[in-house]
Amino acid sequence: MLIDFQNASKCFPHSAGRQLLRTHIARWFGRVRHEPFWALRKVSFGLDHGESLAIVGSNGAGKSTLLSLAAGLTAPDEGQVRINGRIAALLELGAGFHLDLTGAENLVLNAALLGLSKRKTDEVFDRVVEFSGIGEFIDDPLRTYSSGMIMRLAFSVAIQCDPDILLIDEVLGVGDARFQEKCREALHAFRRAGKSMLFVSHAPSAVADMCDRALWLDHGSVMMDGPVQEVLDAYGGRAAMRQGL
Amino acid sequence: MESPAASIIVKSVWKGDYLFLIRTLVEKDFKIRYRNMSLGVLWSLLNPLIMMALLTFIFTKIFSGAQEKNFPIAVLCGLVPLNFFTLAWMTGASSIFDNAHLVKKVPVPRLVFPIASVLSNCMHLLIQIALLLGIVLVFGPGINIHWLWLPLIWALEILFVLGLALAFSAVNVYVRDTRYVIESANTVLFWLVPVFYSFAVIPVRFRGLYEINPVAALVLMMRNVLLEGHAPLASTLIRLAIVSFGMFGLGWVVFGRLKNGFYARL
Repeated sequence: MLIDFQNASKCFPHSAGRQLLRTHIARWFGRVRHEPFWALRKVSFGLDHGESLAIVGSNGAGKSTLLSLAAGLTAPDEGQVRINGRIAALLELGAGFHLDLTGAENLVLNAALLGLSKRKTDEVFDRVVEFSGIGEFIDDPLRTYSSGMIMRLAFSVAIQCDPDILLIDEVLGVGDARFQEKCREALHAFRRAGKSMLFVSHAPSAVADMCDRALWLDHGSVMMDGPVQEVLDAYGGRAAMRQGL
Repeated sequence: MESPAASIIVKSVWKGDYLFLIRTLVEKDFKIRYRNMSLGVLWSLLNPLIMMALLTFIFTKIFSGAQEKNFPIAVLCGLVPLNFFTLAWMTGASSIFDNAHLVKKVPVPRLVFPIASVLSNCMHLLIQIALLLGIVLVFGPGINIHWLWLPLIWALEILFVLGLALAFSAVNVYVRDTRYVIESANTVLFWLVPVFYSFAVIPVRFRGLYEINPVAALVLMMRNVLLEGHAPLASTLIRLAIVSFGMFGLGWVVFGRLKNGFYARL
């Protein structure tokens, strides 16, 4: 099992974002009683080798929180999460990108953040540049790039850094049609290599194309976990029903 | 709220190369800081020189009480450590907060941010130390065998600042007012570190206060070595070592205990 959630729950204090001395003092004196907000409630599922699992659900269903837990960014407040493997989390493309640095410098920084060694970075450098199609612009500062070029560079680093598990959060709308097709192929190749994926997307076609299993989240709870088409049908039916009302 | 059963068992989400990552982060800081400046690294030299000239003017021409022979160099021996200390503490303390987007999105070990922040200040420190040593060679008493103490003294000081940065960067996530505490502390330090006066003028009953202050101890030892040409006192050195290792250990523990709360609070 690469990723294993056992009754994992995650809650956020409502005062988050206001970390002032005042807030802490008020809490010591017991003046503040906030209802915690449960972003995930007793979620259980597993991700095996070679499996790719889609997470579907409406906004605020807890999809991103689930990915954050799966990426090891934060610990659950209840239950257990086990992670076993090197994960590249595409929660944000181009982590640490800086506009004043050149494409090449950003590539190296991004690779180091994703956990690549110096040797491995040198090894994949040319492949990343080639995949991104940035070409000679790689030595220009990032502020001269179009947003599509930046996304292409970021995606190329992540896909070429050869993780065991890829977590993808709504990032396939990257670049032009040709580059999107290239990404799709790269992800399929990644799957054929027996690697695993956790995939969050609002596009049912992308979900059906990329994954064999889907997990439907609603208000932090698992509604359904099963073959991708069945879950998509049920989720789509529910959404249609809501709109009808 | 936290049940004892709650846990996360992470095996090898991030088994990257710490040294490579920290080096890359330091390089990034350095490039970003200097790429948009026409004078580049010169700025690192200009600031302490201006302060040195200013303090020398005030304390030799206006107050005219400065008794030291190499007064400008003595001032620079105070400014270089103090500048490093205040800047590294300040930027180190805000490093987690400044890198919130990475802390929330990339499973990289959090402690690389304060460490990289302090180390990138060390780059500027190296430039300023080179300036100071150059001035000592040309205008001051010149080189002596005790210069060999300098790497050890500075290593201890950097260890101390690393500890401070670890502790304060973590606390800063929980209490955002922390930066104002640091700002005030740094203002106080400017007067309590003997930058423009010598140790000799400090009344004996206050000396203990100065000796456990790692920045003051550093200034004292820099002057011992560079101006007076003798080795630092063993007692001062041992005290600095104890305080530095203690601070680093404390910072390490504080950071380790608080880091799990970063995600929800950033």
